[in-house]
Amino acid sequence: MSNRTIDALPISVRNVTKTYGPVHALNDVSLEVRSGEFLTLLGPSGSGKTTLLMVLAGFTRPDCGSLKFGDREVIRTPPHLRDVGMTFQSYALFPHMTVAGNVAYPLKLRKVPKAEITERVEAALETVQLGGFGDRRIDQLSGGQRQRVAVARAIVFEPRILLMDEPLSALDKKLRDQMQIELRHLHEKLGMTTVYVTHDQREALTMSDRIAVVNHGRIMQLATPRDLYDRPANRFVADFIGESTFFPVSRSGSDILFDGSPLLYDVPPPDTKNLMLMVRPERVILSPEGPREGTNNFTARATDVVYQGDSFLLHAALASGAGQIVLRGAMRGANVMTLPNVGDALTLSLAPEDTVLIDGSDK
Amino acid sequence: MQAVRINEAGLARDEWFERLKLFGLGSPAMLLILIILVVPVGWLFYVSFIGADGTFSLENYERMLKRKSYARIFQTTFEVSFLTTGLCILIGYPLAYFISGLPNRIANLCLITVLLPFWTSLLVRTYAWLVLLQKRGLVNEWAMSLGLWDEPIKIVHNMTGTLIGMVHIMLPFLILPVYGAMRAIDRDLMKAASNLGASPRRAFWTVFFPLTLPGLFAGSLMVFILCLGFFVTPAVLGGGKVIMVSMKIVSNIELFVNWGAASALGVVLLVATVAILWVASRFLNLERMTGGGH
Repeated sequence: MSNRTIDALPISVRNVTKTYGPVHALNDVSLEVRSGEFLTLLGPSGSGKTTLLMVLAGFTRPDCGSLKFGDREVIRTPPHLRDVGMTFQSYALFPHMTVAGNVAYPLKLRKVPKAEITERVEAALETVQLGGFGDRRIDQLSGGQRQRVAVARAIVFEPRILLMDEPLSALDKKLRDQMQIELRHLHEKLGMTTVYVTHDQREALTMSDRIAVVNHGRIMQLATPRDLYDRPANRFVADFIGESTFFPVSRSGSDILFDGSPLLYDVPPPDTKNLMLMVRPERVILSPEGPREGTNNFTARATDVVYQGDSFLLHAALASGAGQIVLRGAMRGANVMTLPNVGDALTLSLAPEDTVLIDGSDK
Repeated sequence: MQAVRINEAGLARDEWFERLKLFGLGSPAMLLILIILVVPVGWLFYVSFIGADGTFSLENYERMLKRKSYARIFQTTFEVSFLTTGLCILIGYPLAYFISGLPNRIANLCLITVLLPFWTSLLVRTYAWLVLLQKRGLVNEWAMSLGLWDEPIKIVHNMTGTLIGMVHIMLPFLILPVYGAMRAIDRDLMKAASNLGASPRRAFWTVFFPLTLPGLFAGSLMVFILCLGFFVTPAVLGGGKVIMVSMKIVSNIELFVNWGAASALGVVLLVATVAILWVASRFLNLERMTGGGH
């Protein structure tokens, strides 16, 4: 399987609802996953992202809805006939089998000839950089190695769809960062349609072609990482992804007023009554020479300065009393020598392209 | 450079005191075991080698080898133990499987029901079976009124009655360790098996069952060993037709007042049990080596 690209299948979820008593775990969810795409379901715990994955795998039976892998309707197909690969949060490796036994398991079920099994198991282990580990027992492996075995077992039978349920959540940060890149490469190499569940927004941004942000059993937004971060569809998405502060703004004719003065912006604001200005800390710049031409400028007083090694975080109260603004500055150049002090009067600037107006509703 | 070693003596003393305390806590139990177990068993061994004339002799063991009745008694003992263990597995394993799949609260309730017989005297339970199973007992009366059979059938004072009583009494000893093993299995494993293409039956036999083997093994062993030395139930429900080693021991003492013969039987039973445990422990270790243990 090493260099073959698997024919991927698109996934089509239509109007899927799942209720547990009065709770909507999934509320009329529709989602199209493109063939070969790496799509992440991102949301807080209890949002319904795992339920949706379990519906895809066949472990949760929804109340209603349609699920298609390619042209095949599979909503009533039991899990063992769906032919999708899956990795579990707990890895779910069989403790009574060796590494090779685990990876060979799906092949044995598919009655693959013995010699071919040996070959494909070794190839799959090679793919996850565990060549030669076949004879090990599961309890002899580290967390990262178990993760790789789980991946090898999920891809060895060349499924055209791969589901991953928070596969990296049990690993420490360094290993997680490394595995993110590895899984990403693996996906590029094998090309199977992948649905990945995580609650870690950075992980989602790192790995995904597209991200579906899920909350209260609904998909709040489905977009590329960049669009999601730069143009969140509503306040929940803006809040959940990255840090941000929100300020209410008002319309006056064609102008958008913040603190009584019109804002400069690039992208036209959404058509909503509840318009808000979203400010990402890393997009705000400190203007020591006073207001800059062609940007939105705010005067503020520093209330808190936090040194964080690679950057610093500055909290400042707007002079108008409209609230707190947060700025993240890089630790380089002049900042290395002197950071602003608490109580300093400052000018903060926000370029028009960084001035993002969003729908402030929280739904 | 010389390392600075401060408080060394004091810390060593603390360590020593701590060990002494642990030993002190354990000593009453160790003393008790010495008095009520080691000493009597030693005495048992000693008496078994004393002949009728009061000198050292192997006649108590020779008799066991010579007389056919002894061979039959040992055969019956192992037969009853095997059958009871087998029936306990057949009944207990599916029940444990069923209970392990229930929500916690209901499962606990079921376990209490399983354990309920433990809180009733063994004698009471055995005589209750006698009442139920006798010729004009509840089972025969009901079965006949339902038309299942016409004549009262003999289900007590024989092997059948003994097995019914024994299985009832031994069942909890099997169910508890098996249930424990089942609960310890990560349910994601079954999902994984299913996802990888295993039908529910395949997933059960290739993943679930192998993982419950250590529990099943421990439970079966416990039942088997308890059966080997069982007395009350076969004595009451066997009706003199099912003679096990324990009953022969009693008759040797009560009828023939031959302590030597009784002791020799006891020793053989003990040695057989230890041998089984020893063999079994090798198997259990093997289980752990193949990753089946928890």
